[in-house]
Amino acid sequence: MMGNLIIAPVVLPAVLGGLIVLAARGNLRLQRAIGLCGTLAFTLLTLWLLLHSDQPQAYRLGNWPAPFGIVLMLDRLSGLMLGLLGALALPVLVYAIATGWDARGRHFHALFLFQLMGLSGAFLTGDAFNLFVFFEVLLIASYGLMVHGGGDARLRAGLHYVVTNLVGSTLFLFALATIYAVTGTLNMADLAQKWPLLPAGDQALARVAAGLLLLVFAVKGALVPLQFWLPGTYANAPGPVAALFAIMTKVGAYAALRMGTLVFDQGATAGMWNALLWPAALVTLALGALGALGARSLPRLIAFTAIGSMGTVFVALSAGTVQGTTAALYYMIHSTLAGAVLFLIADLIVARDGNDLRQARPIAQGGLIAAMFMAAAIAMAGLPPLSGFLGKLLVLNALMSPMAWATILIASFLTLLALARAGSALFWKPYASNPPATPHATQPMAFVATGTLLAGLVALTLFAGPLTTWLGETAQALHAPAAYIAANQLPGAS
Amino acid sequence: MELLLAAAIGLLTAGGIYLILRLRTFPVILGLSLLSYACNLFIFAAGRLAPGLTPIIHKGAEGYTDPLPQALVLTAIVISFGMTAVLVMLAIGGHLGGGDDKVDTGVDLNK
Repeated sequence: MMGNLIIAPVVLPAVLGGLIVLAARGNLRLQRAIGLCGTLAFTLLTLWLLLHSDQPQAYRLGNWPAPFGIVLMLDRLSGLMLGLLGALALPVLVYAIATGWDARGRHFHALFLFQLMGLSGAFLTGDAFNLFVFFEVLLIASYGLMVHGGGDARLRAGLHYVVTNLVGSTLFLFALATIYAVTGTLNMADLAQKWPLLPAGDQALARVAAGLLLLVFAVKGALVPLQFWLPGTYANAPGPVAALFAIMTKVGAYAALRMGTLVFDQGATAGMWNALLWPAALVTLALGALGALGARSLPRLIAFTAIGSMGTVFVALSAGTVQGTTAALYYMIHSTLAGAVLFLIADLIVARDGNDLRQARPIAQGGLIAAMFMAAAIAMAGLPPLSGFLGKLLVLNALMSPMAWATILIASFLTLLALARAGSALFWKPYASNPPATPHATQPMAFVATGTLLAGLVALTLFAGPLTTWLGETAQALHAPAAYIAANQLPGAS
Repeated sequence: MELLLAAAIGLLTAGGIYLILRLRTFPVILGLSLLSYACNLFIFAAGRLAPGLTPIIHKGAEGYTDPLPQALVLTAIVISFGMTAVLVMLAIGGHLGGGDDKVDTGVDLNK
């Protein structure tokens, strides 16, 4: 029973998404019902899998043994990413329904479910080529979501996003073909065993393949110099879609962590990724902070803080230690939630005509939005008492390098400055003499959804102690992947 | 044989990269297609070049060529075909909305 449920996060949204396209075309109420129930079930399922992910377990598709068949692997990292996805998806969908975003195009709910399917597949798969396929599934759904609602600017930004990612996909294929050419396998556990045994003549090819693969994950994770697609995409995507995309950059980090610890940190490529990630991540951090400072609209500002947070995650990952990975995982959870909250708040503000940071009039329901913005900004900038502070503390603690300390601290300060400036420009206005520019419907459920994600940040802070212990064990399992490899039951393994 | 295939992959990649860097969407789409053709050939070559050998078990076969890259190529072809279709739709949408098919002008994405 347990074994079969591993594939459920992929099958459930796929079936329901297809059902919506076939049976609920044009019937928004039915689409909403299926979408909400499906996402609720998906969230419960992912949380249940998270609770049962202590030991790595394999699910063989069609019962073909690895490495000949494709396996899905549930381990702590996969479970964690799935749980995070489930916890993010439900509030985002509620928000999209409450604000009517889902009614602005025809296929929001189907695309949303297909996006969930692609993301869960990418988190679960234990096969490198299958990872490529699920990347494509999640990308093609994200293309649809990105241009949902239409509009010229959105279509142009969508085009940039699609072209960048297609080039990334082509690189991915080149990398996989090279890996297959030198090892003769694409199962990740099998790769992990064969990688250190490569003959000397193939080691240069192996390094090229590893470098190409890192480029692909850097495109997904918006690492400098491959971050150019992110600000335009996130700033022009519909608010709830941008909030869901907060986990899309983490797919890059997840894939880099999975392949990096399992396969590439040995043999000809030992330490190669970490050496490449270190400078790129520091520049990403700095660029995120400077971009946030220079942004002229709120969604764009938040997109740059998302880039900065990816920099922090990758800096911690590049340490290549259990402590660094633990910090990166904690910061990854935090920055997904904080980024999503900020995108939702930005959407609330933009919907009330507050897009331009230089505008003079206050916005409707400004008080509550201002309070939520302040809480989310505190989390994102890394001020106490919220989880951003703890996350950055963990990262700083894991990196004993003055260079990293200086970059992280200065970047945090600049981000804080940018967010404080945006907050005072948007909210600090006399209300009595200057009524809101345009009245706006209250939409209580939109505030509940945003508040739920904020509550997630508070919970992340309150339970930081037990959580970091758990994450520490997860990181240890990642850096010593014997159990993960054994769960694949490869032939010839004792 | 090796030289021919390597030259074909190299030329397709070079042409693809050149076209991707153009400023109009149509050449960019063509460039992506060329790049995906190069990629398909490359995956095919990853299983080593073995002319005249069968990929499936067959009585009296002298040897076999690796069937897996052929399956991978099939997946890659289907995906790149679908992606190209999506991209063409997006480009047409952008063209109809903005009046031209330039990649990077007309609309201020930084607003």
